[in-house]
Amino acid sequence: MSYSPEVRERLERDAKEIIGRYPKSRSALLPLLHLVQSEDGYVSDDGQEFCAEMLGLSKAEVVGVATFYTMYKRKPMGDYHVGVCINSLCAVMGGDQIWEELSEHVGVGHDETTADGKVSLERLECNAACDFAPVMMVNWEFFDNQTPESAKQLVDDLRDGKSVSPTRGPKRLCTFKEASRVLSGLPDDLAGDGPSAAGPSLEGLKVAKANGWKAPEA
Amino acid sequence: MSTTLTPVLTANWDQPNSFTLQGYGPYDAAKKALGMDPDAVIQAVKDSGLRGRGGAGFPTGMKWGFIPQGDGKPHYLVVNADESEPGTCKDIPLMMANPHSLVEGVIITSYAIRASHAFIYVRGEVLHVIRRLHAAVREAYEKGYLGKDIFGSGYDLELVVHSGAGAYICGEETALLDSLEGYRGQPRLKPPFPAVAGLYASPTVVNNVESVASVPSIIANGADWFAAMGTEKSKGFGIFSLSGHVTRPGQYEAPLGITLRELLDMAGGIREGHQIKFWTPGGSSTPIFTDEHLDVPLDFEAVGAKGSMLGTRALQIFDETTCVVRTVLRWTEFYAHESCGKCTPCREGTYWLKQVLRRLEAGQGTEDDLALITDIADNILGRSFCALGDGATSPIHSSVKYFRDEYLKHFEVGGCPFDHKKSTVWGDK
Repeated sequence: MSYSPEVRERLERDAKEIIGRYPKSRSALLPLLHLVQSEDGYVSDDGQEFCAEMLGLSKAEVVGVATFYTMYKRKPMGDYHVGVCINSLCAVMGGDQIWEELSEHVGVGHDETTADGKVSLERLECNAACDFAPVMMVNWEFFDNQTPESAKQLVDDLRDGKSVSPTRGPKRLCTFKEASRVLSGLPDDLAGDGPSAAGPSLEGLKVAKANGWKAPEA
Repeated sequence: MSTTLTPVLTANWDQPNSFTLQGYGPYDAAKKALGMDPDAVIQAVKDSGLRGRGGAGFPTGMKWGFIPQGDGKPHYLVVNADESEPGTCKDIPLMMANPHSLVEGVIITSYAIRASHAFIYVRGEVLHVIRRLHAAVREAYEKGYLGKDIFGSGYDLELVVHSGAGAYICGEETALLDSLEGYRGQPRLKPPFPAVAGLYASPTVVNNVESVASVPSIIANGADWFAAMGTEKSKGFGIFSLSGHVTRPGQYEAPLGITLRELLDMAGGIREGHQIKFWTPGGSSTPIFTDEHLDVPLDFEAVGAKGSMLGTRALQIFDETTCVVRTVLRWTEFYAHESCGKCTPCREGTYWLKQVLRRLEAGQGTEDDLALITDIADNILGRSFCALGDGATSPIHSSVKYFRDEYLKHFEVGGCPFDHKKSTVWGDK
């Protein structure tokens, strides 16, 4: 199966816009892989073929790159791709327990998707939010300071179609496909949503203000 | 007198619109820089003493000075925003709350090195940060701060936000360049260094987010202002990230040379009823410290003299409920997962370290296994293209040095002697 003419035309238009930003076209390969993932929910065979054609590469060259990076999925992920950080610090702070209870609760393991196609789970490495440990991500939005209970509730809500908001991010959680489109370099209009910073990010500034501490005057 | 905090990059984070141009303000530092000779901009950054904030601490101005001038080739600036080192969590909130400091820094840096094309290579797993970067870049274009003839200076600059796809190794600068060129992210042999043959084999500066974001303040306030903070060879301020068993974890922007004891005082100390056991000064690739290192000045020299590295100032703090063997195992699993596979000592060594540590943690090892993991680590260290393999050996060597008895205890009792629930956030409740 290949893309319908309408889909193909749309993807080509997007791809050309992205390719045009780079001095050399091959630099657009990672963005284009995100783009085809935004169409199919994973890096499909057709998607890789498309990338190869757009960039004048062999399919083997595209596959060689796609298989190197963990964000490119080889099979369809859920509408909501849920990650639990299990790197040392989050694991110690409770990430291990969250993963165990959540995986059992949902009934799928690492990089597996529920039968209804709604949720997939991933064991994540450090996601650069250690001061908010234990950390979870859904479609690469932050869900900070989780517990086993909050994690299970979160996934239940996602499966029930309830509205869910990241702790530092937009009011509305977008789907895995929508997120992949932003990653391809075609952002949505949600940048203004959510706080500038929250919680631990502001602790140092709060202490400085409470004590009247500032950087020296120029 | 004890050290105080010096918010510069974090100073506006509590403002609701800090991530917008309106909240950030006009790019006065960029305007000033574009009125200067590019070499004078490089000299100012050299004089400030700014050293790379991505971990290695290489002098930033000196790196810029390595770019050959008048060579007829295009030059590039690539911002390393692939923050993925375990424990490191400063660039992500910085780009979320204050992306314009980075964009303005990109303009000044690119001008100094005579680049007309710059890239921000940001890890892909931080969607909202990527939105904020795109929005900031768009605002800067609309205002004429990017594009053609910036501030009427005749200087042109294009800036592209480029999302990665999940690979820690792409934080290594040459792997990042390969990735940005559309290849698997695997490190290149150096030399040639990126300053000579970087992106598309052209002269390229690769700088960390916080380094570049610090540049506007140096141009605006002067090199002396920056150099007045910090210690003799580690000038200026930096964001210190406290995480783990701390009462108030978070981002604390302070002069280099502050100590963990001082930072812990500000953060409310170790969580109530517990004591510090071990910590990393700058991410998992920096050898661990213990309670005997609380007064080590956190600058490049003093931390190095005590056998670790300042790294990214990622202070991961673990109390007495934490099993050091389990912690080291999980870091080792991380390195094995993220090893790109190019160099045999790293690819095979991290794989075998993981196997041996798993049996040690399960209490099925022997004392010989301690010699074995030390030997494997010795055979990784210094024997691969990049620093990933070296980093993988840091937790091994330092944990065996400080906590040998705890390893032994595991096979004495035939399992892990710790109750892992007690180290969780809810373990005390």
